Amino acid sequence: MMKLAKKDILGIQEMTVDEINLILETAESFLEISTREIKKVPTLRGKSIINLFYEASTRTRTSFEIAGKRLSADTINISASTSSVVKGETLIDTARNLEAMNPDIIVLRHSAAGAPHLLASLVRQSIINAGDGAHEHPSQALLDMMTIREKKGRLAGLKVAIIGDILHSRVARSNIYGLSKMGARIVVAGPATMMPRNIEQMGVKACTKLEEAITDADVVMMLRIQLERQKQNIFPSLREYAQHYCLNRKNIKLAKPDAIVMHPGPINRGVEISPDIADDPACSVILDQVNNGVAVRMALLYLLSGGNE
Amino acid sequence: MPETKSPKVVMDSDGIERCLTRIAYEILEKNKGIDNLVLVGIRTGGIYLAERLQKKISAIENTKIPLGILDITLYRDDITKTSKKAPLGKTKIPFDLEDKKVILVDDVLFTGRTIRAAMDALIDFGRPKMIQLAVLIDRGHRELPIRADYVGKNLPSSLWEAVSVNLLEKNGKDEVLIEEET
Amino acid sequence: MKLLLKGARVIDPSQKMDARIDILVEEGKISSCGTTIKAPPAAQVINLTDMIVVPGLIDMHVHLREPGLEYKETIATGSAAAVAGGFTSIACMPNTDPVNDNRSITEFIRRKASEANLANVYPIGAISVGSEGKQMTEFWDLKEAGVIALSDDGKPVMDAALMRHAMEYAGSLDLPVIQHCEDINLSAGGLMNEGYWSTMMGLPGIPSIAEEAIVGRDILIAEYTQTRIHIAHVSTAGSVRLIRDAKMRGLKVTAETAPHYFTLTDECLQDYDTSYKVNPPLRSTADIAAINEGLADGTIDAIACDHAPHARTDKEVEFVYAANGISGLETSLGLSLNLVHEGILTWEKLIAAMACNPARILNLDKGTLKKGSDADITVIDPEQTWRVDVKTFVSRGKNSPFSGRKMKGRAVLTLVAGDIKYDGRAL
Ligand SMILES: [Zn+2]
Repeated sequence: MMKLAKKDILGIQEMTVDEINLILETAESFLEISTREIKKVPTLRGKSIINLFYEASTRTRTSFEIAGKRLSADTINISASTSSVVKGETLIDTARNLEAMNPDIIVLRHSAAGAPHLLASLVRQSIINAGDGAHEHPSQALLDMMTIREKKGRLAGLKVAIIGDILHSRVARSNIYGLSKMGARIVVAGPATMMPRNIEQMGVKACTKLEEAITDADVVMMLRIQLERQKQNIFPSLREYAQHYCLNRKNIKLAKPDAIVMHPGPINRGVEISPDIADDPACSVILDQVNNGVAVRMALLYLLSGGNE
Repeated sequence: MPETKSPKVVMDSDGIERCLTRIAYEILEKNKGIDNLVLVGIRTGGIYLAERLQKKISAIENTKIPLGILDITLYRDDITKTSKKAPLGKTKIPFDLEDKKVILVDDVLFTGRTIRAAMDALIDFGRPKMIQLAVLIDRGHRELPIRADYVGKNLPSSLWEAVSVNLLEKNGKDEVLIEEET
Repeated sequence: MKLLLKGARVIDPSQKMDARIDILVEEGKISSCGTTIKAPPAAQVINLTDMIVVPGLIDMHVHLREPGLEYKETIATGSAAAVAGGFTSIACMPNTDPVNDNRSITEFIRRKASEANLANVYPIGAISVGSEGKQMTEFWDLKEAGVIALSDDGKPVMDAALMRHAMEYAGSLDLPVIQHCEDINLSAGGLMNEGYWSTMMGLPGIPSIAEEAIVGRDILIAEYTQTRIHIAHVSTAGSVRLIRDAKMRGLKVTAETAPHYFTLTDECLQDYDTSYKVNPPLRSTADIAAINEGLADGTIDAIACDHAPHARTDKEVEFVYAANGISGLETSLGLSLNLVHEGILTWEKLIAAMACNPARILNLDKGTLKKGSDADITVIDPEQTWRVDVKTFVSRGKNSPFSGRKMKGRAVLTLVAGDIKYDGRAL
């Protein structure tokens, strides 16, 4: 018998290698359910899961919702408007109200790093962090690791390049935590303004040139550029960014011939990845990521649901 | 502390083989051949028994009948009572169940809850014409109205006894053991 | 009322005194000090063997929240917390609601303080109207109303020309100007020290240069205009270096730091515990080392706790929305005594930083036990070990990351103008 050590999934940082393996293996077994004609098992019948989203994210929310439904849980979506969040009390008030509704799991997406930690300390329900600020996005990193393992058969020893706005990316942080625990070598690259201070202390190699980072990479992970960052003067224009940090037919030749290309979506086509690469089934695994996302989230819901012992 | 008694062998390798041979013939007899017949083994002990039955039936009929694997963990009725989880195995039903005669195979029939879960799982894959149950050991103590169509051996046991089926494929040795639970 | 403090070790850096002597207090003043004073008739004798007597401690940087934010603290509760922490005088920052930018607010604060009748409360006036960084306040009028310094604390003066003019104009009135040094463009959006931990936690960082850029700028203004500047809550090694260099060049620069800047680092934030959220943010161990050095060599003149009481609802929110600050008056002495226990400061230097130097910077006739001075006296039990418990705080603000921490040394008796305002000897 196996179980996760904690009541919540707040980040990959807190996870052990065994826990990551348990989640990935469970997720791999869940993949099959999505291929059935009746894509549903009764496992979480009578359980309720609240998707509490303080940030719009159709993809992640839908993925959690499908995962819950395929396990026969009741899923309830609550989208809090950002205007009411500004006051700050809202998360606490909402938490108290939700607790009264007695759900089993709360999936929280929030623009503030640490918000899931606060919620977890306030309510007895299990909290799954579906992305908190620039901190962590554990289910994304797990589905990325699952996809890499599916395509490469392993994680240890692989060279993974993560390209883009590392500073503001929770996907990058969770993947750095997870992949380094699993023994991969990580190189991050992006404009110097998008590199967080002391990033090397996280155990990664950092550089500012895409070409340097992707050379001999087994996996190239491209991050989404938030267009509004332009206002903070961390990059001058999308045009200039795309000229130097867009993965294309030419620079991808620097990576290993069998390298896979990943993106957490949604893609800014022609900015992070050229359309022909994004749509090339020989290297792009972007659709596998979406598919695996449902399985990983099913695994998390499944492993967290249980008695109060 | 109660003294631990050493496990008692209630069936050896030959016994298991004889039972499976008999069950293979019984299946063919009852279903009048292999038309629309499929085997589905329940993880984990049932898989190997189903594989052996598949071989025996193939040998008799000169045709291989389809074989599926079912993990019933997600259908258990006690799954959310505990946060401890059995490792989840893969389910493989690589054929259409519609109008098939399914022989569900498991090692030990006990409370019947596993079989209940297995039938629920099967029905999610399609609508079989009928489901029959083959087990190596029936140890009694049913909690649901379920009975096996093919039984290797009826083994009266008490609730505090553990019955374990060891198979060559996973334990390196064929034998059925009974022992007092510690 | 006559009071004879007997048998204590008296440490008074203003007289370079460290001796076992008696102190006689008459009519609110220290009437005599001597090796063995005979108790005059009707004098209350307090035996203080094993105790240390020092000039009443002065915290030159506190927030009392009144007017306007009484749910966090009032002048009465804040001054009660002060005397409970061993402080006889406190200087309160003007960022109340409304801001203390005119005579009527200053007079209100002084009236409330005299009604509370606990610690001496010295109002600090705003540099700019509403602390908005645009229009200078009436320094002269504020001074006449009782303001002893000027600051837009919490809202740094970003406009260098305004800062220059404020320092020049205040200089002519001999009013110290206190700057909260933070370049708000460099710190924009920041929630914690920028470094390894902000990178790990994904929280926007406040770089050390946000503080140092303004420290450097204001030193240049002080040099150019030959005026004084006081740097509030120094938190970085770079600031210490800039201030040291300025002092070596003979500039009129003074500085303070707060106990949390020599006690805690940004690593403490890793669980997003908002009780550690302060501005300037907690920095690194290297910064702590530099601050310790700065205190030891006199680069940093004063320890002030930046007492920032908040209600639970201000802190029990997402990290980004949580208020900055620590309710510090009741832990300041205990944390600072650690510097003595660790051999970083002598008793004399510690008391200078917590009494004499703040008095000198604010032009107060305090911080001394000389004959004839106000009988503001703090008695410290140097051996008492105790555990911080926010539930027992006198302050309304229970926001302290030090809850549960073991301390050695505590103020047990606080005298203001010869009256016992706090007596914790029974604790
Ligand atoms: Zn300040």
